Amino acid sequence: MSRFHDLTQLPDARGHFGPYGGRFVSETLSFALEELETIYAGLKDDPEFQAEFDRDLTHYVGRPSPLYHAERWSREIGGAQIWLKREDLNHTGAHKVNNTIGQALLAKKSGKPRVIAETGAGQHGVATATVAARLGLKCEIYMGAEDVERQKLNVYRMHLLGAKVVPVESGSRTLKDAMNEALRDWVTNVDDTFYIIGTVAGPHPYPMLVRDFSAIVGREARRQSLEQIGRLPDALVACVGGGSNAMGLFYPFVEDDEVTMYGVEAGGEGVATGRHAAPLTANAPRGVLHGNRTYLMSDEGGQVADTQSISAGLDYPGVGPEHALWKDVGRVRYVAADDDEVLAAFRELTLVEGIMPALESAHALAHAKKLAGEMSPDQHIVVNLSGRGDKDIHTVAKLDGIEF
Amino acid sequence: MNRTVSNRIDRRFAALKAQGRTALIPYITAGDPAPAYTVGFMHACVEAGADVLELGVPFSDPMADGPVIQKACERALVHGTQLRHVLEMVAEFRQRDTETPVVLMGYLNPIERMGYDVFTRQAQASGVDGVLVVDMPPEEAGDNAALFAEHGLQSIFLLAPTTSEARAKEICKYGEGYLYYVSLKGVTGAATLDADAVGEQLGKLRRVTELPLCVGFGIRDGEAAAAIGRVADGVIVGSALVGRIAERADDPTSIPAALKSILGEMREALDRDAVG
Repeated sequence: MSRFHDLTQLPDARGHFGPYGGRFVSETLSFALEELETIYAGLKDDPEFQAEFDRDLTHYVGRPSPLYHAERWSREIGGAQIWLKREDLNHTGAHKVNNTIGQALLAKKSGKPRVIAETGAGQHGVATATVAARLGLKCEIYMGAEDVERQKLNVYRMHLLGAKVVPVESGSRTLKDAMNEALRDWVTNVDDTFYIIGTVAGPHPYPMLVRDFSAIVGREARRQSLEQIGRLPDALVACVGGGSNAMGLFYPFVEDDEVTMYGVEAGGEGVATGRHAAPLTANAPRGVLHGNRTYLMSDEGGQVADTQSISAGLDYPGVGPEHALWKDVGRVRYVAADDDEVLAAFRELTLVEGIMPALESAHALAHAKKLAGEMSPDQHIVVNLSGRGDKDIHTVAKLDGIEF
Repeated sequence: MNRTVSNRIDRRFAALKAQGRTALIPYITAGDPAPAYTVGFMHACVEAGADVLELGVPFSDPMADGPVIQKACERALVHGTQLRHVLEMVAEFRQRDTETPVVLMGYLNPIERMGYDVFTRQAQASGVDGVLVVDMPPEEAGDNAALFAEHGLQSIFLLAPTTSEARAKEICKYGEGYLYYVSLKGVTGAATLDADAVGEQLGKLRRVTELPLCVGFGIRDGEAAAAIGRVADGVIVGSALVGRIAERADDPTSIPAALKSILGEMREALDRDAVG
């Protein structure tokens, strides 16, 4: 049996992953979280609910997503074979939709007519607005004012989908502030509102249910590896902000001890500079934010630190609690890629394979390139290409001195 | 049980009960608009008739607070007001006032980062009586509640309109000092509250607890205070005070008089009711 078997039995009944996770919320929300926990417990193993989820993933999202052998790029690097799990080909262009489909079904079952979400890069916001449009739910998306500026295209997409985008001006005006504001909305409108959290963080049961809905990525990738490679890959690589796409890919491989996993955080200007968003790599102290205990970037007084990353989707000072535990027990190695390496990987994959990755996903690609170079051509790496790069064209163009 | 007798919060509520009076509990954010003024504001509140003081510990991400207290946190953090400074303020306050209970109110991360051992030791030494951590419900308090108790710090917990009866029973079991009933669904400083609905909820809670029931969120003036005072053991006033501090942030010396004016109005309204 795998020495990591115990990791498949988490969280415990109160939502803890070892010392991490939990439900650190103000009292008004306890009721809503208990209610969500009950709804999910009733549906989790319900074949009808699962069938509905699978049907939506097949016919609406377009799953399974391909596992693509990046042969030319692998050859150029001259090391291991790199395979890309093409979550960028999903409807709405990223892995986020897997989770929003699942949570929207829960919202429907709970009978609440309104959904809210926080978003960083806008991918989760778009995915939420999309399922809300499809189910006829009222939708409001909270987004840091700085991200609204960085991700204009996604803001307009949400608007076209009938969602209201609320720019959040408080704090650092990024993802964490959007989450604060979404929580404030939820506490006010808890009776008629379902909060669709976009990552494997937040209070219990969110880290668990977002993981479960995202794990379709890893289940497919595992099966596809066996079919296309003929065995399991030697390594998995995925970017980690809150950590939903990494969790989705990694979780079904947890007990495959021979598969090494790498979570790639946002190194920003470099972890050594302090201007990054890499709490695990930097060994940030333990802290509590947004309902869970985890590695959290904060100053000596416990004030949450401002983070720095070229990618809005990874610009978050904490990380999902299950990742925190996986770091401690050594199941996953957490590393960082800095902005320069990320941009290089973005350009390289675009030129060599004709695939334009999201800047978030380019973090995983940057590390995969390093890793592949140290491995042999008969070894295999699966990288989660978690999203497509269209939304980032403005950011990259700006660096090239081009304004549209 | 000896601890209970010696705790300022319990003593204060016992005295109020004997007098048939309602507790007036102001909240201010420590360090707002600048750290040098906080202790003076605390004394001003007591002079205006406050029975218990809630002192807010500034936090970068005050998720349960509305814009008024969010901005207060921002003003305090501009001056680098950290938890250790707040404890120093309490110690300074205690040099002149050894009787008025002081409850720290805030979020868990500053305490988590300071370390629970260090925090409880220093809070006790500073003269803190109670701790209300907004994002630490009883089930997450665990060993911390015991550690707090060892250092004479009472754990004040929140109850909300959405709290189920079963859950309320659990919370009341762990609560100490008083229970903070959140009068409405929302963040601090939200719309005005409905005193009748609050009264009904408090009636239910009184069947499961002997602890004093204090009500916060949405109490803006003497009239609202009096209405809540009829059904509660204490009224908590936060955003209404912090809003006045914000208006005078450029002229902090005028703030004590402003605080006294609104608290005096509330005190009078509460006492008028108590007598009548």
